[in-house]
Amino acid sequence: MGVKLSLGVSLGAVLAIVLVALVGAQVSSLQPIFGIFVPYAAFVIFILGFIYRVVDWGRSPVPYRIPTTCGQQKTLPWIKNDEIENPSSTLGVIGRMILEIFAFRSLFRHTKAEMASGNIVCGGSKWIWLGALAFHYSFLIIAIRHLRLFVEPVPAFVNGLGIVDGMLQIGVPELYITDVLLLAAVSYLLVRRLIVPKMRYISLANDYFPLFLILGIGISGVLMRYFIRVDIVSVKELAVGLASLHPTVPEGIGAIFFVHVALVSTLFAYFPFSKLMHAGGVFLSPGRNLANTNRAKMHVNPWEYPVKIHPYEDYENEFREKMKNAGIPVERE
Amino acid sequence: MANIPKYYESLNIDFKPPRGNWMDRPLNIKPGIYCYPARPEVLKKAGMNDRSDWGKYWVIEDEDWELPDDWKERFLNKMRDMLGKYRTFKIYMDICVRCGACADKCHYFLGSGDPMNMPVMRAELLRSIYRGEFTKTGKILGRLAGARKLTKDALRQLWYYMFQCSECRRCSVFCPYGIDTAEITIMGREIMNELGMNIAWIQESVTKCLFTGNHLGLQPHTYKECVDTMLMDIEDNVGISFEPSWNRKGAEILFVTPSGDVFADPGIFTLAGYLLLFEHLGLDYTWSTYASEGGDFGYFTANEVAKRMNGKIYAEAKRLGVKWILGGECGHMWRVLNQYMTTWHGPIDFLEEPVSPITGTKFENAKAHKMVHIMEFTADLIKHNKLKLDPSRNDRLKVTFHDSCNPSRGMGLFEEPRYVIKSVCNHFYEMPENTIREQTYCCGSGSGLNASENMELRLRGGFPRQNALRYVREKYGVNMLACICAIDRAALPPAAQYWNPDVGVCGVTELVANALIMEGEGPRTHNLRGFEIATWEPEP
Ligand code: SF4
Ligand code: SF4
Repeated sequence: MGVKLSLGVSLGAVLAIVLVALVGAQVSSLQPIFGIFVPYAAFVIFILGFIYRVVDWGRSPVPYRIPTTCGQQKTLPWIKNDEIENPSSTLGVIGRMILEIFAFRSLFRHTKAEMASGNIVCGGSKWIWLGALAFHYSFLIIAIRHLRLFVEPVPAFVNGLGIVDGMLQIGVPELYITDVLLLAAVSYLLVRRLIVPKMRYISLANDYFPLFLILGIGISGVLMRYFIRVDIVSVKELAVGLASLHPTVPEGIGAIFFVHVALVSTLFAYFPFSKLMHAGGVFLSPGRNLANTNRAKMHVNPWEYPVKIHPYEDYENEFREKMKNAGIPVERE
Repeated sequence: MANIPKYYESLNIDFKPPRGNWMDRPLNIKPGIYCYPARPEVLKKAGMNDRSDWGKYWVIEDEDWELPDDWKERFLNKMRDMLGKYRTFKIYMDICVRCGACADKCHYFLGSGDPMNMPVMRAELLRSIYRGEFTKTGKILGRLAGARKLTKDALRQLWYYMFQCSECRRCSVFCPYGIDTAEITIMGREIMNELGMNIAWIQESVTKCLFTGNHLGLQPHTYKECVDTMLMDIEDNVGISFEPSWNRKGAEILFVTPSGDVFADPGIFTLAGYLLLFEHLGLDYTWSTYASEGGDFGYFTANEVAKRMNGKIYAEAKRLGVKWILGGECGHMWRVLNQYMTTWHGPIDFLEEPVSPITGTKFENAKAHKMVHIMEFTADLIKHNKLKLDPSRNDRLKVTFHDSCNPSRGMGLFEEPRYVIKSVCNHFYEMPENTIREQTYCCGSGSGLNASENMELRLRGGFPRQNALRYVREKYGVNMLACICAIDRAALPPAAQYWNPDVGVCGVTELVANALIMEGEGPRTHNLRGFEIATWEPEP
């Protein structure tokens, strides 16, 4: 399958969802399906799927400790060890994981190798780190901001976040910085896959699809907020209804809202079955979440079994004469 | 041996992969890139999956591989088994987002430009089969989900590229999830091992080691003779003579090193280094002919085989009744020792927690394992002023240090060797930042790929390392590359000869021994290699 087909299929799938939602929104009898059933179903699939995947991973043991050590080991007392990059304790591991999860530490190390007049030149390159960071953080903030739709009264931190996010105060309603960042970051991640030949080579349809999906979510959200206004009171009514398990679909919310919800629901339902599960996997990755204490502590492998080791006696039986002649001690003459 | 491209041709590397999907591209097999397959009788002797009952002696070029009828089942069963046994394997199959952060980190990719040598692609080869054979989405969506079925073509491709990974783990340093492609290729190799698909260079070493005690198949008397020869050279160059002990019960320490140190130039000078250092200290230690191998090529075939080989070290320590074990300079030996050994055989209560008899230092980091790295041991000695040193004897040397992949990324041994080198040499220079410590480049020949028929692969894979070396050679006049790995000492010289012809390769303990002022030594006019100290230039 070529790039074009992967792209076409992914984009096509997202457009199809948009279309279905648009059509569904027109038929008022279908609105409960798109407004209530689909979000609930997606949410349930997400939760159960997520748990299933994590439990499934958890079922495979971690027999050996194989962390990647990116710093000095803990050794002689006068040698300073790197507790974060090569942890010797649970605390160190926690530190490492925090940096990994909140600051994308490993990605920060990224270098780019190039050939320049017969030499490999390899230097730091922070773009992918910055792009990934911008993407994940704006997504997170946007998700938190959405809480104001689901709960009443709105918690102070959610309001506060909205105020900080809207600091630029451009237009009415004020422009959220994270909206812009998210769209920019997703576009960067998508364009990068398309124009960097190496990235194009390794990309699959299931790399493009989530990007289109999130782009669609972002665009529909932005449209809804700034351009094709929806009735925010009705939206809140629906959202609070969903959250309190007494859902109703108020009249006249506007079609774009259903598009947005359908795309978000697809993302939720798709999540556990895709690479998006890296969100759960990063916590469990034995490459990063183990302390390098292999020599200091005994670790038990649940399925370890004894193996046949060529015994010394057999060895000596085979070589006894030669050993004696060479003056090497033997057990039996 | 295949034709090796000229220097300038090799530099003509294009990192840009071709257009189109890799699944549609036929495997382009190039001589000089792959190793000869393991011979059935050698597999059989080791009690491993020999192919004598099902197929002929296959070579990668053969269209028709006579695999057993149930080859597919065997493969998939083994893979299923391993997915259930290793969380690493399962998670690494599932969570790669193909961000490409690892893509340009592999020395084989950098040296060859072959897009399948991007770590992510190496893993995708197996991952696509995982999706196609084990996951529902992959079964339903097929190639749309990046899935494919296990076919003979897929198997050949897998074999070709799993044996183009030196398990160096450089890629995993940069992966946002710590995905360790080396772990994946190790699994891939173990699965293929079920079909008897290993390479001769690895398998011969394994079989020899299982029965003779070491990879080289040196019998006890020969092993001792090799050391005796070195002792004669020491007498010539240092002016003292002494005898270490062999298989001695009741010694305090058992010393284990890779057999490469005993046999091949320049490793033998590291061996001389060990001998002199221990003599200098008057250490109560012994060599063993039975546990005469620290390296573990079994690790490149299957977990069980690795364990069978490794177990001899503890068995011998127990038989001899030593207190603890000292380990020499070796790369994957330490990876295996650090990551697997106690889990395989522990708890090790017949040995004591290692304490240096010279300084009294307790090696708490080796409390359970009871095995100390010679760099930890030596650094501690120097710190406590227990060595009489004259670093000026190494003055002709401008030294740089190659962080051997395994002690660096499998263990985190960075400062000890640097401390030791700086204490015994006056001229030390680091290679560029992105090429040392955890970002170090592989020698290009690790994990059993240091055969000769794959020399082009080795030279290409060695290029990034040599490129960094060339930088310090040109800038500071570096003429000696120190390392702490026996494979490095075998692999780096041909690569250096190709890219940096006037740079020599040595172990760190060789440098220590050159600087050691031995009691009763003659005038030290010559170093361990027999070169005059005053005018010494390393071998070209
Ligand atoms: S860096 Fe990790 S997640 Fe990214 S492509 Fe490589 S293996 Fe996959
Ligand atoms: S482990 Fe090393 S050789 Fe293997 S893919 Fe990663 S960088 Fe390449």
